[in-house]
Amino acid sequence: MSDYVLQVKDLDVHYFTDAGIIEAANKVSFNLRPGERLGLVGESGSGKSTTALGILRMIKSPGRIAGGEVLLDGIDLTKISEEEMRLVRGSQVSMVPQGAMNSLNPVLRINDQIMDAMIDHGLNISKAEMRERAAKALQAVELDPRIGEMYPHELSGGMKQRACIAISIVMSPKVIIADEPTSALDVITQRQVMQTIGNLQERMGSAVILIGHDMGLMAQFVDRLAVMYAGRLVEIGTVKHMFTDPLHPYTRLLIESLPRLDAKGEFHGIPGITPSLLELPPGCVFNTRCPQAMELCSQRIPRILNKGSERQVACHLYENGV
Amino acid sequence: MMSRLFLYWRYIRRNWTLGIGLGILIFLILFTLIGSFYIDPAVDPYPLAAPANVPPTLAYCPLSQPDCEEPVAYPFGTDAQGRDLFAVAITGTWMTIRIGLFAGLIGIAFGTFLGFTSAFYGGLYDATIRWMVDVLLTVPGLLILVVIASSLGSNSVTIDGMALIIALIAWRGPARVIRSQVLSMRERPYVMMARLNGMGSIGIIFYELIPNLLPYLGATLVEAVTGAIFASMGLAALGLGPLREPALGVTIYWVINQSAFLRGLWWWAAVPITIVALIFVMLFMISIGLDEIANPRVRRAE
Amino acid sequence: MAKLLELRNVTKIFKGGTVALDDVSFSIESDSPGIVAIAGESGSGKTTLGMMALGFLEPTQGEVLYKGKNVHNLSNKERVAFRKEVQAVFQDPFAVYNPFYKVDHILEVPIQKFKLATSKAVAKAMIEEALVTVGLRPQEILGRYPHQLSGGQRQRLVVARAMLLKPQLLIADEPVSMVDASLRATILESLYTLNREFGIPILYITHDLTTAYHISDHIIILYRGSIMEAGEVDPVIKNPQHPYTQLLIDSIPWPDLQRRWGEKEIIIPDGAKAAEPNRGCKFADRCLHVMPICRESPPPLFQPNQAQIAACYLYDSAPTLAKEEVGTLFSSKNLAYSSPG
Repeated sequence: MSDYVLQVKDLDVHYFTDAGIIEAANKVSFNLRPGERLGLVGESGSGKSTTALGILRMIKSPGRIAGGEVLLDGIDLTKISEEEMRLVRGSQVSMVPQGAMNSLNPVLRINDQIMDAMIDHGLNISKAEMRERAAKALQAVELDPRIGEMYPHELSGGMKQRACIAISIVMSPKVIIADEPTSALDVITQRQVMQTIGNLQERMGSAVILIGHDMGLMAQFVDRLAVMYAGRLVEIGTVKHMFTDPLHPYTRLLIESLPRLDAKGEFHGIPGITPSLLELPPGCVFNTRCPQAMELCSQRIPRILNKGSERQVACHLYENGV
Repeated sequence: MMSRLFLYWRYIRRNWTLGIGLGILIFLILFTLIGSFYIDPAVDPYPLAAPANVPPTLAYCPLSQPDCEEPVAYPFGTDAQGRDLFAVAITGTWMTIRIGLFAGLIGIAFGTFLGFTSAFYGGLYDATIRWMVDVLLTVPGLLILVVIASSLGSNSVTIDGMALIIALIAWRGPARVIRSQVLSMRERPYVMMARLNGMGSIGIIFYELIPNLLPYLGATLVEAVTGAIFASMGLAALGLGPLREPALGVTIYWVINQSAFLRGLWWWAAVPITIVALIFVMLFMISIGLDEIANPRVRRAE
Repeated sequence: MAKLLELRNVTKIFKGGTVALDDVSFSIESDSPGIVAIAGESGSGKTTLGMMALGFLEPTQGEVLYKGKNVHNLSNKERVAFRKEVQAVFQDPFAVYNPFYKVDHILEVPIQKFKLATSKAVAKAMIEEALVTVGLRPQEILGRYPHQLSGGQRQRLVVARAMLLKPQLLIADEPVSMVDASLRATILESLYTLNREFGIPILYITHDLTTAYHISDHIIILYRGSIMEAGEVDPVIKNPQHPYTQLLIDSIPWPDLQRRWGEKEIIIPDGAKAAEPNRGCKFADRCLHVMPICRESPPPLFQPNQAQIAACYLYDSAPTLAKEEVGTLFSSKNLAYSSPG
């Protein structure tokens, strides 16, 4: 469907190790509209970062993309050459990784680093035009363009993070993947940075995939939310649906475990432990901890079912029109 | 018991460098042990024990009696002064290893103690030790040894005396390595937890820190022994060792001194060189093998 | 009303000049076995405060007192008692274990050192009971090495240890920030049980105000080494008095669609890095309500209502609270707002 900017279909990312095959991402599928904000949430080991790296084809050995498609405006990124992918990365799909502020080159001025990004992607314009674009990128992330002449160590954590965002948006990408962009920042700076991302995203019309484990941040920022568990996408829907009427038992338990302002002193943890990716239970990956597990759940992996517009869930409870 | 051994065997198969190193060690030990039954250690490795300049042979008859009834075996030949090189190999190997072990162990013990206490207690004590180690490490060890050994006079140096001299420099490296390890361990949360468990400083040193130091100690020991053997060979080859003893380095000294190659006595040089090469390969393999043991531990801790 | 733990005018300056704590005073009274949260961002001094309470850091100025005695000046007998009675749960569930030993080590050593069991059998029973209380199965946990357990299991074991030792005071420094979301509630529940059922006061150090709200009775908000606001957690979170607290609460992404964040403006101080220390209120450079007096001298602790104090000149018409009295705020007898559950 051509009104999606990104379509991920049955993406498999597997790691082939001495100890066995780790299915870090398993049949992950979702669609992204232009300008949309999608949240990808899950605990450690759920496969959310792996999915992001898979989209960008940045999976390192012993891992590789073992199946599926990633369509960016119709072009399958998993099938193009490495050289073509290099041009796509950073200019059409860019990533703001966790702790990006530590990946700034300490001996280059911010402007130079932004311009490097432009040069690397074969942008053939004059130096003066590049400087202008760099200044605009800094303004877009709500930094004074004069920051461009400074070195990274002269900036605070929040400013460095925003400089990184500037580098990743200077080519006006269609999709921005932000992997826990604010986890190292304090709450107030976090709000600033997220609002900045939101503002520039609206202005540029890019779509954003926000990866994290902070449900509160998702609630405040994204339009739609996808929940991953042990490498599989278990539910996806609008953020309103996910918070008020979650379908998948894992989503429901996750929402219930969040501290609420009106329920002090009540604790609802999720019993059991997340299975190791090397020893996944048969059938549905959640069945060992699911309070509503049926016999079928340990036998067959649930298919992804459509439950209304833009709403999908992978759970046997909803098969056959329950 | 059997299953334990089997586990070790499986590990050695994976960590084959350690396996080769240990294999050579076992071979050398057996060689020395079994060989010592065939020689008289008080006589054979010393001059005039046998006819001179005999090439390696299993049946030797004196030149005057080409068909003697009791040919003697000189599997490694003899040297220009009549030493049975087979006996030299057996006694010399053990002497060389003994120097290395002795000097290495003393060096480690002293260096570890200094490094440990320096890191644990800190303050002026730490600053002094650190300065001393840093300064001494910049001076080449062999230089120090040559100065000390030559001023003692070559007549008075014995095997154990050499070991003591070498120990004087062997403690520098371990002191630095152990100090930096302890410095990083001291701040770890499990040390805080140990305090909350009621452990005092001494208890923490022995029960919490030292067990985690064992891999580093092992690796440092191998390094110290290697360095000590190197040093002893260097000193001896320069003529600063116990010239009467059949230590391998001393043998090399005589090989050079007596122009063995020019005289065609190639076996005289081949014996110490081969054994020394074996010893170094063994130490190298063991240290690489130990490194593999030490590293997964460290990785697991992260 | 005896003071269990007291920090008296504690200042801590690290090498290099960083002021981690600036003349902070507060206390935990023996008869208020509630949970007090110490909340702040990084650089607020909260972790330093925890380390001081445990006696692992010495104050540059001021004193840290346990049961009235300076913790750095205890007799041997008193020190043993101090170590037994003040326990901790730390942030990193892996680093607290010595990788050389099995996990049983952190349970067996204190039992032996503090003579808590008369025989090995009794010790084993105690350990198993503690594990079961936090929801762990002994046969899955005991005899394993730390790297063989998951982060959640390791942290729960540390809490089980606290349950076993029944300390008089527990310092919990970010106990759930490195634990997966699904396990956080379980671990917090164990801490809550420790407090409500066993009467152990807990100092809960965190940067996460949502969990602080969830579990604590009282809260202290720290900013760059000074107390900005303190009091009962319900009014502090729902009706913050200090501008910093207000900004903080406004910036928290609550997992609640009805509550939008970020309505307040954020002021970025001049210059790229933090401003030079001024002689007045630490928050002056970022405060929307800043007045000239704010930069001249640090504000005292004003008490605008029975349940809260705020170090802010906006409330200078309210009575002030002496620094030594900060502990009285935390007495559970004085709860002006009753919290359910």
